[in-house]
Amino acid sequence: MSEEAPPGLVKEVVRSALRVENVDTPRNRVLAVAHTVWLHLHPTKVPRHAVRFSFTWGAGGISFLLFLVTLVTGVALMFVYRPTPEHAWLDMKRLDFDVPFGMLNRNMHRWAAHAMVIVVWVHLLRVFLTGSYKAPRQFNWVVGVGLLTLTMLLSFTGYLLPWDQLSMWAVTVGTNMAGAAPVVGHEGPFAAPGLTDGNDLRALLLGGPTVGGAALLRFYILHCIALPLALGLGCILHFWRVRRDGGISGPKGGA
Amino acid sequence: MKDERPPTLWTRREVQTRSAWALLGASLVAATGAFVRLLFPRVRADPPTKVVLGRPDEFAVGEVSERFKRSHRLILVREAKGFYALRSVCTHLGCVPAWSSAQEKFKCPCHGSGFHRDGVNFEGPAPRPLERLAIALDAQHNLVVDTAVVLRNERGDWSRPEAFLAWPREGRP
Repeated sequence: MSEEAPPGLVKEVVRSALRVENVDTPRNRVLAVAHTVWLHLHPTKVPRHAVRFSFTWGAGGISFLLFLVTLVTGVALMFVYRPTPEHAWLDMKRLDFDVPFGMLNRNMHRWAAHAMVIVVWVHLLRVFLTGSYKAPRQFNWVVGVGLLTLTMLLSFTGYLLPWDQLSMWAVTVGTNMAGAAPVVGHEGPFAAPGLTDGNDLRALLLGGPTVGGAALLRFYILHCIALPLALGLGCILHFWRVRRDGGISGPKGGA
Repeated sequence: MKDERPPTLWTRREVQTRSAWALLGASLVAATGAFVRLLFPRVRADPPTKVVLGRPDEFAVGEVSERFKRSHRLILVREAKGFYALRSVCTHLGCVPAWSSAQEKFKCPCHGSGFHRDGVNFEGPAPRPLERLAIALDAQHNLVVDTAVVLRNERGDWSRPEAFLAWPREGRP
């Protein structure tokens, strides 16, 4: 610290950042953790049963970790990938064979995404088997089912982006299923009156008659902006409800 | 001094507050509506629907031509009595059935639906025959297919004149 600096400046900077008096007492140590932005969702006390791996399988936490991995690697991929029919497949190949660490990033994104779909299912299975969906946690089960749906939609929209034959036909099949969905698809049962192949759910997803440039752009925006935002907000609600509903559920009578 | 005016339904402040909220709500509804409408474009840049395939004698009797499958998603079949055009779009979920000359059938790679040479489904999940497209001769005696005119067998469309082009014509070589 230079001699010109006013006395107490460093202390003031530290205090403005930490919001806690920088005095090493047991109470301040607790507050420093409890008031940190990254840990405010984390409970101040964790019951012994909640860290027992055989009870939780750690599946919820692993799901969130995998989401963070896809988030970070996905943003890295966005610096290279251009969502147009002229560039998409080439950019994917550039990532694999030219861009430094491109293949690592792409494969981390891909495998974390596959694993996330599996682990989210495992998490649901565990919550079902331990009866953790019961009162007072019914609402959080519903939120969790919503998060599962968003995970699947993220998986589906990401499938188109490599823009190869597998993507094309998988999404052709998937969107034709949307065209055959009840009420909102023009070929589905109970199709709303006036619905045609130009204004149903399939047309909304594709933005054209077949899987083309418009569909690629729409899937890209859904995959990179709309769905991750919804999933992030859903996670905030989900974790907050875990704490509000009394923390992670435990075996009857405690561990 | 006592206020002699009758009590009003809403005070001036309530009127202003509620108008402001109503205006905000209406703007949000309008903006949402405009965004939804934006997702359904007014003009679609579809390719021309009339496809000129060439002269009839370019195709041999018994030929199942996949020459136009990649470019226009149609398959031209010539039989002893004439031509018909099939849309190479599987009626299950929209993949491209491929002609297998060894097995004498169209086979869809996605879920295994099979179709006879005439387009009628006989195996796999496809619920109905392949669709045919309107076929005709133009003024230059070229085969022309209109991909906008889709003919479905289950609706009886295949008996319509444009579903089959008789060839060779009566009294012509």
